[in-house]
Amino acid sequence: MARDAEMRRRHFLSVAGAALTGAALDAWPQTFQPPQDIAPLIAKITGGATSVRSGVEIELPALAENGNSVPMRIKVASPMSDADHVKAIYILAERNPRPLLATFHLGSHSGRAEIATRVRLAGTQRVTVLAELSGGRFVHGVADVLVTSAACLDESTMGT
Amino acid sequence: MIGRLQAPASVRHGEAFEVRVLMQHTMETGFRRDLNGKAIPMNIIDKVTCRFAGIEVFSAELGSGIAANPYLAFFVTADASGELVVEWSDDRGERGRSSAKIEVR
Amino acid sequence: MRLAAAACAALAATVLAADPPRSSPLMAGVEFQSTDVRALQADAFANPGLLWVERGAALWSAARGERAIACAACHGDPTRSMRGVSARYPAYAASLGQVVDLERRINACVTENQRGAPLAMESQEMLALSALVARQSRDMPIAVEIDARSAETYERGRQIYFRRQGQLNLACTQCHDASWGKTLLAERISQGHPADWPAYRLEWQSIGSLGRRLRACYFGVRAEMPAYGSSDMVALELYLARRASGLVSDAPGVRR
Repeated sequence: MARDAEMRRRHFLSVAGAALTGAALDAWPQTFQPPQDIAPLIAKITGGATSVRSGVEIELPALAENGNSVPMRIKVASPMSDADHVKAIYILAERNPRPLLATFHLGSHSGRAEIATRVRLAGTQRVTVLAELSGGRFVHGVADVLVTSAACLDESTMGT
Repeated sequence: MIGRLQAPASVRHGEAFEVRVLMQHTMETGFRRDLNGKAIPMNIIDKVTCRFAGIEVFSAELGSGIAANPYLAFFVTADASGELVVEWSDDRGERGRSSAKIEVR
Repeated sequence: MRLAAAACAALAATVLAADPPRSSPLMAGVEFQSTDVRALQADAFANPGLLWVERGAALWSAARGERAIACAACHGDPTRSMRGVSARYPAYAASLGQVVDLERRINACVTENQRGAPLAMESQEMLALSALVARQSRDMPIAVEIDARSAETYERGRQIYFRRQGQLNLACTQCHDASWGKTLLAERISQGHPADWPAYRLEWQSIGSLGRRLRACYFGVRAEMPAYGSSDMVALELYLARRASGLVSDAPGVRR
């Protein structure tokens, strides 16, 4: 059990760190970044398998008042049985300096493939949610969010 | 680390119930700079685990893209009464824990 | 001495006769926030400010200072003893001989009664204790006293409120009386009431005091920010509280 958890953690770190490294990360907050292509990141998670855009519902405000804290609810259609359930849910933000925001591990004990959290969004962008199913398939959903005050970037009022 | 846990005190056998967690943490991204221009080091809660009656029913790896004072809600089913325990840790080894007794009808 | 007292009473009478102009209808700051922010403030579990209220409850029972006594030793259960207290602040504190805000009043207790080191303004401990105390005035109307002892402070606060300042040369009244409800840089201007403070501000990713929010307002008009707990800050807070008389408190609030 502990080994599984550790392996998962290492996988997460290797995937999360894959997006940007070193100097690029250092310079990140100084300039407004355009959305990146997260297809390579998705491919790394799925191991190359294609994901079908189906069955993933994302509740995100159309306009986020402050990118520092954007409420999000994810629902993946699944019987959540031993034979057919969601194993993991990945949240990806194409414009964030670290596009993989979080990974959630579920199982047949979950009863429902539904997660809620609050995320940081570094500017107006498309959020992608990837779900890994027990059979090895992947499904995903997307949501576009307008962000007026970007996380990670808008630090001009830090002194206040 | 301070945190709060909310789960129903009593649930029906096998019926999914929502567990809500709120943890106090700055989730420092590592991108912010102080007023002298020096980068503030990254410090985030990176791991959250939920066990019911000793069995892991949910876990999460969080990145710096999760908002400060992280909030999580997820679902769990239970077959028999037991203790629900949520534990979390940050990248400096600080730990937090909250638990609740769940009665299964 | 009698002349000074008479002058004070006369000033108090004039001041009380000229109660602040009132926004109509009186609207809490939370009503100018987005649906998500309003839902978060109303969420009795997930409101992030409640983490500080919990921390405050723990500090309340912890021994402090040379006398090694906890707040609880004198004040017992805060849900009873602190009920309605913050709704009366800023208030005149006899032991300090001046009008003070809640934070300075807490520190007076810490230094005089617990004989402990004063808590730094905006420190985690100060925010936790003031969040705990402010929470106990929830659903109660703001009700500050203006009498002979606080009249001068109130008048000074009123003058600050109506004075143009900063590089943008704006007075509080121009936004919060003449323009509330209008949009400024994608945000709706509130009436500027202090009822839900301390509040969790998404921009700060933390809870903060009313003082911090007012300093941000000064920054907004590019004026020099008054120091935390300074007499100007307290005077303005007193005026704002009087101006919000009757508005129900719901601390800790949540703001964008």
